[in-house]
Amino acid sequence: MIDREQVRKVAHLARLELQAHEEEQFTTQLGSILDYFEQLSELDVTDVEPTARAIDVSNVTRPDNLQPFSDREAILKGAPEQEGDFFKVPKILNAE
Amino acid sequence: MRSHFRELIAQDRAKIEAKWLPSRNLSKPMTIAAPVKTQYEAVIGLETHCQLKTNTKVFCNCSTEFGTVPNTNVCPICMGMPGVLPVLNQKVLEYAVKAGLALNSQIAPFSKFDRKQYFYPDLPKNYQISQYDLPIAEHGWLEIELVDDQGNPIRKRIGITRLHMEEDAGKLVHAGSDRLSGSTYSLVDYNRTGVPLVEIVSEPDLRSGQEAAEYAQELRRILLYLGVSDGNMQEGSLRCDVNISVRPVGQAEFGTKVEIKNMNSFNAIQRAIEYEIERQIAAIETGDHIVMETRLWEEGSQRTISMRVKEGSSDYRYFPEPDLAPIEVSTEQVNQWRSELPELPAQKRHRYETDHGLSAYDARVLTDDRSVAEYFEAAIAANANAKQAANWIMGDIAGYLNTNKLSITEIALKPNSLAELIALIQDGTISGKIAKDILPELLTSGGSAKELVERKGLIQISDTGALEAIIEQVVTANPKELEQYRNGKTKLIGFFVGQVLKQTGGRADPKLTNQLLVKKLNN
Repeated sequence: MIDREQVRKVAHLARLELQAHEEEQFTTQLGSILDYFEQLSELDVTDVEPTARAIDVSNVTRPDNLQPFSDREAILKGAPEQEGDFFKVPKILNAE
Repeated sequence: MRSHFRELIAQDRAKIEAKWLPSRNLSKPMTIAAPVKTQYEAVIGLETHCQLKTNTKVFCNCSTEFGTVPNTNVCPICMGMPGVLPVLNQKVLEYAVKAGLALNSQIAPFSKFDRKQYFYPDLPKNYQISQYDLPIAEHGWLEIELVDDQGNPIRKRIGITRLHMEEDAGKLVHAGSDRLSGSTYSLVDYNRTGVPLVEIVSEPDLRSGQEAAEYAQELRRILLYLGVSDGNMQEGSLRCDVNISVRPVGQAEFGTKVEIKNMNSFNAIQRAIEYEIERQIAAIETGDHIVMETRLWEEGSQRTISMRVKEGSSDYRYFPEPDLAPIEVSTEQVNQWRSELPELPAQKRHRYETDHGLSAYDARVLTDDRSVAEYFEAAIAANANAKQAANWIMGDIAGYLNTNKLSITEIALKPNSLAELIALIQDGTISGKIAKDILPELLTSGGSAKELVERKGLIQISDTGALEAIIEQVVTANPKELEQYRNGKTKLIGFFVGQVLKQTGGRADPKLTNQLLVKKLNN
């Protein structure tokens, strides 16, 4: 289960500003999502190795070969604002 | 883990904040009227970020080149576009494992990447790919060597808690002001985003600023020997953060820990720590409590200043990076990479002392730079006397390199020719003075020392008959000095030696000349 305080904390970490009624609404909604996943705990996983992945694969690497991307302009244009060679971002309010 | 630029921004903030803080001169020790003065010790650990010297970034094929036009080394992967797939650069893994091995660490049989979440425009994804609970290497150590008052070496093992791989962040430029606080907006350059780093965390085994600076230098030396980093502190390839607390000697628990950032030289690391030790002791003695916080070293004012961080805003919520497969380095692979490690500085220092009979000081100087150590070893391999070779390299050759801003690999004098030069002095073919005279030509033009000596007719005159004839001439030509000498002004021997050397173009064997002159003059 999730309580309203946890919802406030998650919202703060995600830099979301919630209205009181939204806090109420999301506490209920997130709670039911968590309840749904909670069904998984019914499974006996005593002999199953924990994993973060569905596919059992390891050591995927690539050689250190330079292949510059050809269309930096497209990347720069994709940003809401740019100035010269830079991306332009709004005033930063704090260092953290 | 935070970028250099975030630190600079934080510094801007701290500068503003510092204006509002009462200024206290803490560099002077407090005078306390207590009968028995409490002795304190500092407990220090270092977190070092080191850029790996690869062609491409850690998870994409972009260049890692420093100083290029902003936002040229970018692609959809390092820019965090939806749907892209980062893939680990195999050189990064190799370099991280080699660094781990060189630091006597255990290489993890199973390792993985994690996402560290934070909101800051220096990373376009709003998370940094790092390693959290399963770093690639753990439980290592390195040996530092300091010198006591008598010049004797003191050696100490410093534990390495962990080494992990991660990506660097971008750089910010603040518009409308040179500091964050006055700026109306910021400009971002993502060239450095995704450049591979290793973060190396030490155990809290360090006890002074000097030990910490030496640890950082030894770490840099090891990484340079391995060839995995350029260790350039000015370009930010090597960055150190310090964790420090003080406690009364004998107390088991640690005091409250403070983090110091923003030091960009080994000297700054030492001074920041020395300042912070005094500040913390003064705070304890006046009954202030030490706040757990991050402080910044201010080079200009030579002090640390508080950088307040909002409580509870840094919750990184690490979770396993789903886009990157875990890493399982096989024992065979580890052994292969281990076999490719060069002899490391500490091993060389020990060997130079035990095998070549050099002093700890000489061993330390010669091994500081791998190319100098290799030059020395090549001269030894060409049968040079070790002590003589060390003296030439650390003396005249080092002087020449400094004056001309050259590295030892750039001079024409090859190690075998240095060995020849030393042999020529040792077997009496030339004097040490002649050797010094011809060194500049050897340094610039190279070639065989022996051939140069023969070509220039510089072979030492060690023939008694020949020298006696010259001495006879010199003495006859200077009757006044001879009389003065015989009347007791014996230091005129130097005058006569000088005259003989002048007559022979410096080729007279100085020792034999001296002996023969004394015999002649006292006759």
